[in-house]
Amino acid sequence: MINRLPELKETPSQTAGPYVHIGLTPNFCDIGGVFPLDAGITMLAKETPGQRITITGRVMDGSDAPVTDAVVELWQADAGGNHPQTSDSPDKAFTGWGRQPTDATGTFCFETIKPGLVAGPDGVPQAPHVSLWIVARGINIGLATRLYFADEAEANQADPVLNRVLDPRRRQTMIATASQADGATTYTLDIRLQGENETVFFDI
Amino acid sequence: MSDLFPDGPDGLFPRDLAWHPPAATPGYKSTTFRAPRQPLLSLDATKSELTGPRFGHGLIGKLDNDLIRNYSQDGNEAIGQRLIVYGQVLDENARPQPGVLVEFWQANAGGRYRHRKEGYQAAIDPNFGGCGRALTDENGFYTFRTVKPGAYPWPNGPNDWRPAHIHFSVFGSAFAQRLITQMYFEGDPMIWQCPIVGGISDKAAIDQLTAKLDRHNTPPMDALAYRFDIVLRGRRATLFENRKEGL
Repeated sequence: MINRLPELKETPSQTAGPYVHIGLTPNFCDIGGVFPLDAGITMLAKETPGQRITITGRVMDGSDAPVTDAVVELWQADAGGNHPQTSDSPDKAFTGWGRQPTDATGTFCFETIKPGLVAGPDGVPQAPHVSLWIVARGINIGLATRLYFADEAEANQADPVLNRVLDPRRRQTMIATASQADGATTYTLDIRLQGENETVFFDI
Repeated sequence: MSDLFPDGPDGLFPRDLAWHPPAATPGYKSTTFRAPRQPLLSLDATKSELTGPRFGHGLIGKLDNDLIRNYSQDGNEAIGQRLIVYGQVLDENARPQPGVLVEFWQANAGGRYRHRKEGYQAAIDPNFGGCGRALTDENGFYTFRTVKPGAYPWPNGPNDWRPAHIHFSVFGSAFAQRLITQMYFEGDPMIWQCPIVGGISDKAAIDQLTAKLDRHNTPPMDALAYRFDIVLRGRRATLFENRKEGL
């Protein structure tokens, strides 16, 4: 079919402001009783198949100060590489979608599972990754990036999106380091809004 | 149609970034260290961006869209001018977006947020929390009841004030449609003095953020109605169904 010209313009973005936690994570900022739980706080159920992992990091600004008023959202495939169809209740096996505030140190933290390979363009699978979206005061339009896993070196090397980043040093801004403690795996990646090691953000 | 996206047309219309505020807007000082300086990496959306979280009615409580009552501590309602805010969520093809989650938050009638970092002297309203949410209906409409937020001063310029506004967060069906914005009120002279609004260069774009007073939907003796429609990025359809995979 032929596309008609778009009839409407997208609503312009505005900053989420300094109090985005009120709207998106009210329980975190002491507004209790409106929502039983902050949406996206839990992604997992007991029966969710897949390797349990923690994804954490800090959001840092161009003066190397932590961004303490941000919200980070995460969207990912399940262990089989498929994106869940519904995300509305924590009793479903896996929501695929998480939302976390940054705390007083700028730190965010997701308890999730390692995603599988995701189908990509030209039949090339995409390396396991999660999509991230960051909003805060001083961010006029939400910032989209991805987090890849350092222990997936082979898949990362073939990943069509990582390969679009020509400078390998910049590619590293999307690859989380792995660490083990008590049999649990934690992946760590800082989001740098500006300056040296600025994260690669997408227009996608 | 590509095998990769068997559920529907692939791709989104590119975002018209000139219509949005740029990352760095010097008049809004908080962007100074928070605006990326590298160019954004332009990519065609993949499954990871064309899918997105979907929410059901199980998420939504009875008072979630009633900010006048959803934080009531003593049985009394929030103080302020009563409003009904409603609108339709559409995409750029003017297609209604049913079943999408819309979230909203705002200051109270005095212009004060319920937040420990908030320093403005206007009084806290014990019965106003300032947040709510709704799912759009089968025609893409959301609605909620609230009080009109006050304008308030903020530490930016020496005497900057935000126009009265309500923050909105909107999901589409694709994660790449994710949008956060602010709604202003028709006729407010403060809009044109605001450095955050001023980051948008096109007057028509600012007008798109301005809710219109709707006397037809104003219930007598109750609450003024304002209409605020929201447009998300549109999906493009595939030109040739038998094209080479991945193109």
